[in-house]
Amino acid sequence: MIKRKSIAFKLIVYILISCSALFLGIFWYNYLFSKKIITENISENAKNLTRATVNEIDSILYRIQKVPEVVAAALERGSFDKDELMNMLYAAIESNPEIYGGTISFEPYVFDSELLYFAPYYYKKDGKMELTYLGGESYQYFYLDWYQIPKELKKPAWSEPYYDEGGGNILMATYSVPFYREVDRQRKFMGVVTADVSLIWLQEMIASIKIAKSGYGFLISKNGTFVTHPYNKLIMNETIFSAAEESNNGQLREIGRSMVKGKSDFVPFISMVNEKNSWLSYAPLASSGWSLGVIFPRGELLSDINRLNRVVLLLGFFGSVILFIILLFIAVSITRPIKILADTTRGIGKGNFDFDLCGIKSRDEVGMLAESFVYMRDSLKKYIRDLTETTAVKERMQSELRIAHDIQMGIVPKIFPPFPDRPEFDIYAILEPAKEVGGDFYDFFFMDDEKFCFVVGDVSGKGVPASLLMAITKTLIKTMSKGAAGPNEILSRVNKEIAHDNESSMFITIACGILNMKTGELLYSSGGHPMPLVIRSGGDCDFLKSDTDIVVGIKEDAVYRNNKTYLSPGDVICLYTDGITEAMNKKDELFDEARLKETVDGARGGSIREIVLDIRSKIKEFSEGMPQADDITLLVIKYSGVNEGRKM
Amino acid sequence: MKSKIFLCVSALFFVTVSLSPAETTLKKASFMPQWLPQSQFAGYYVAYEKGIYKKYGLDITIIQGGPDTRPVQMLEEGDVDFVTLWLSTAIRENDRGRKIVSIAQVIQKSALMLIAKKSSGIFKPGDINDKKVSLWDDIFQIQPREFFKKFRLDVTIVPQSYSVNLFLRDGVDVASAMWYNEYHTILNCGYEPDELTTFFYYDYGLNFPEDGIYAREDYFEEDPELCRSFAEASLEGWEYAFEHPEEALDIIIKYMEAAHIPANRVHQRWMLERIKDLMTDGSSAKPSGKLSENDYTYVSDCLKQSGLVDCVPGFSDFYRGAR
Repeated sequence: MIKRKSIAFKLIVYILISCSALFLGIFWYNYLFSKKIITENISENAKNLTRATVNEIDSILYRIQKVPEVVAAALERGSFDKDELMNMLYAAIESNPEIYGGTISFEPYVFDSELLYFAPYYYKKDGKMELTYLGGESYQYFYLDWYQIPKELKKPAWSEPYYDEGGGNILMATYSVPFYREVDRQRKFMGVVTADVSLIWLQEMIASIKIAKSGYGFLISKNGTFVTHPYNKLIMNETIFSAAEESNNGQLREIGRSMVKGKSDFVPFISMVNEKNSWLSYAPLASSGWSLGVIFPRGELLSDINRLNRVVLLLGFFGSVILFIILLFIAVSITRPIKILADTTRGIGKGNFDFDLCGIKSRDEVGMLAESFVYMRDSLKKYIRDLTETTAVKERMQSELRIAHDIQMGIVPKIFPPFPDRPEFDIYAILEPAKEVGGDFYDFFFMDDEKFCFVVGDVSGKGVPASLLMAITKTLIKTMSKGAAGPNEILSRVNKEIAHDNESSMFITIACGILNMKTGELLYSSGGHPMPLVIRSGGDCDFLKSDTDIVVGIKEDAVYRNNKTYLSPGDVICLYTDGITEAMNKKDELFDEARLKETVDGARGGSIREIVLDIRSKIKEFSEGMPQADDITLLVIKYSGVNEGRKM
Repeated sequence: MKSKIFLCVSALFFVTVSLSPAETTLKKASFMPQWLPQSQFAGYYVAYEKGIYKKYGLDITIIQGGPDTRPVQMLEEGDVDFVTLWLSTAIRENDRGRKIVSIAQVIQKSALMLIAKKSSGIFKPGDINDKKVSLWDDIFQIQPREFFKKFRLDVTIVPQSYSVNLFLRDGVDVASAMWYNEYHTILNCGYEPDELTTFFYYDYGLNFPEDGIYAREDYFEEDPELCRSFAEASLEGWEYAFEHPEEALDIIIKYMEAAHIPANRVHQRWMLERIKDLMTDGSSAKPSGKLSENDYTYVSDCLKQSGLVDCVPGFSDFYRGAR
């Protein structure tokens, strides 16, 4: 399909697609790489921030832990009466602003063998220290977590956070330290020392964590209960697991499990506040085993890089648009001239050379092509003009040659039989020039009532010059034959005439004979011409045995001799030019005299016309389609004698 | 057409007429569940909120129960007319001379159970031997002690308070739990069900039906109709709650928030679903509310054997609800 589209279209599509792909590839790599770097930075910062916050909380909790631990250690070391004990507890609570209240709670009957419950509890109320005693049927503290857990675990423990029962929505947690005493060499559990701590500062500290716009911190207890969270409804109502169950969020449950197990990590997370993609960094408090989570809103933290990427993408888009426009311009500037050239070529094919390539102004390859076109047009125009002229000249020459041919043919007698009223003989001749005009000729005429002159000539060379000389010669022969005693005299006269001013050094071979119709006497003279063939009615067929003299037109004072023989009635004499005997076939063999003689001998029974045509067809057959190299002339005379002719 | 209009008019008349005297003739009574508002008592709150008690001609006041209230005492002193109690508690109170009668046995199956962590190596009852087990006090110990006897287990018993934190912190190996409450609490502290081994007393033939509705015997005899109406209305409230759980949860959470106690919808949903399992046979949302004589005899015998009671009232004296 695309093959049929224009070059401009292909150019634009291919380049635009490649450039866009390249751009997108680079953009995508850049996006991923920059995101990776930023994510790594965020991850590192998140871990640091979480660790720093956790350390800060821990340092405060450790400081608080010290208070009941010191009291418990004192209780293990020495024995105290009630006043001392109360003073110690009072001092411990009073001097520590973070501690809201505290107790030293004893096992049943341990402090006083008559007291099931002994648990003095000092607490702060409106800035004053208050005292109360814990324990009673409705408050059996032995079975409460803050007492039971350190007792059973035999080590200090932070309680789960709880709301202060005294009202006010104060979130509290209790740190309980068990204390022991040696009884009968056994370490015996005596009770616990506790410190109740308000967690308001903890809530405030975590609430102050703000990451970008919507990032936040939250804290979960050992049980996964939310201690702080920007979403107030979760605090103390939900654990991270119940929140996971409510939202059917398996990932949240897994994260919760990891958090309560005291692990640290940085993981992808869906913010519970705005449900956007975020990261969660979490780490445990070493003191209480609670876990701090900090949400890093991904979109907000990546907003800069995302904005940058949007800008880059936008720039890329505009770049592509500009590239498209440039490509369009380039493609059109290339293809428009090509299209003009294509249309022009089509025009040239139809013969329209009057085109204008001014529209192509570029000087690039296309411009060069256009220049070449103009050059080609000019050359073609010139060539065609020349060709037209040449053709006209040639046609004129052809026409002239045709006319010359007609004239030449008109010179030689062509009506046979020429003398129907002379029964003494019969004559037939053909002249076939190799070109339009030739140098051969024949002629015959009666010099008087008895003497019949016949002549065959062959001008050296071919074509127009030869034909001109042939015309002259033929005319001369006819003119010079008047009053001539024999053919030798005719030849001498003609020779003198021609040789006199023969600057072109052309010559002619001429065979000239004068046949006396009454007697059958044949006078024959040859100017360099092949010997005629004589077919005797008696059976003989041979070339005439006679002398031959020099060709006509070369030597002004040349002498020509007469040969004399007699023809009997029925004898045939055949004159020819060398175009017959020198006709060649493809093997470069000549037709030669022997074949001529054979042909003529074989045709003796027929009329002279048949003899002539027979020879002609034999030569054609022999030459096997080879073009005729020389003019062919045949002149055949059959002597019938006076009486014989009459009889016939 | 005429007849339809007539119907509408008469219906309007009927409603107007029947409402006004109804309000004047509603019988007043009070009810207290044995614990703080939670889905364990959803049916009563729903019956109240949806006007089901009024439909039965009752003007009920719900008194909030909790750790500081003593339902049986309040019942005896006339501070409240109806309470929910465990069957075992009610039998023992009778033995102590408090004449209280059952007007409906709401929960048919015992939800009490023991939970252990598989990480403590406990997979079957025998594995509990020599372990620390935390038990609730009082009647909550009857089934576990039967269980230990049955499997000849020697265990260290640690008193268990309201929380399961001691168990979660590995202070004990096995803890008591209610299926509808503590078990789910433990799951919501991050434990997976397959990390825990559970022992349902019900599965070991130790079925103590739990919550039932009770009134003083003399109160019952004074107006049995009122008592039966209360029982029926309560059961209808339960049916409505099971058929409209989210609405029931909205109601119960409203009461929990009013009582300033942590309201965790997921937990309450779990509780409501489990209570449904314990109250119905699963084929319908309608609780039967009947006490089976077999269950009564079994629980009574266990209590007698464990020395907690000497004297047990006859079934028909004890149970006055629908049969």
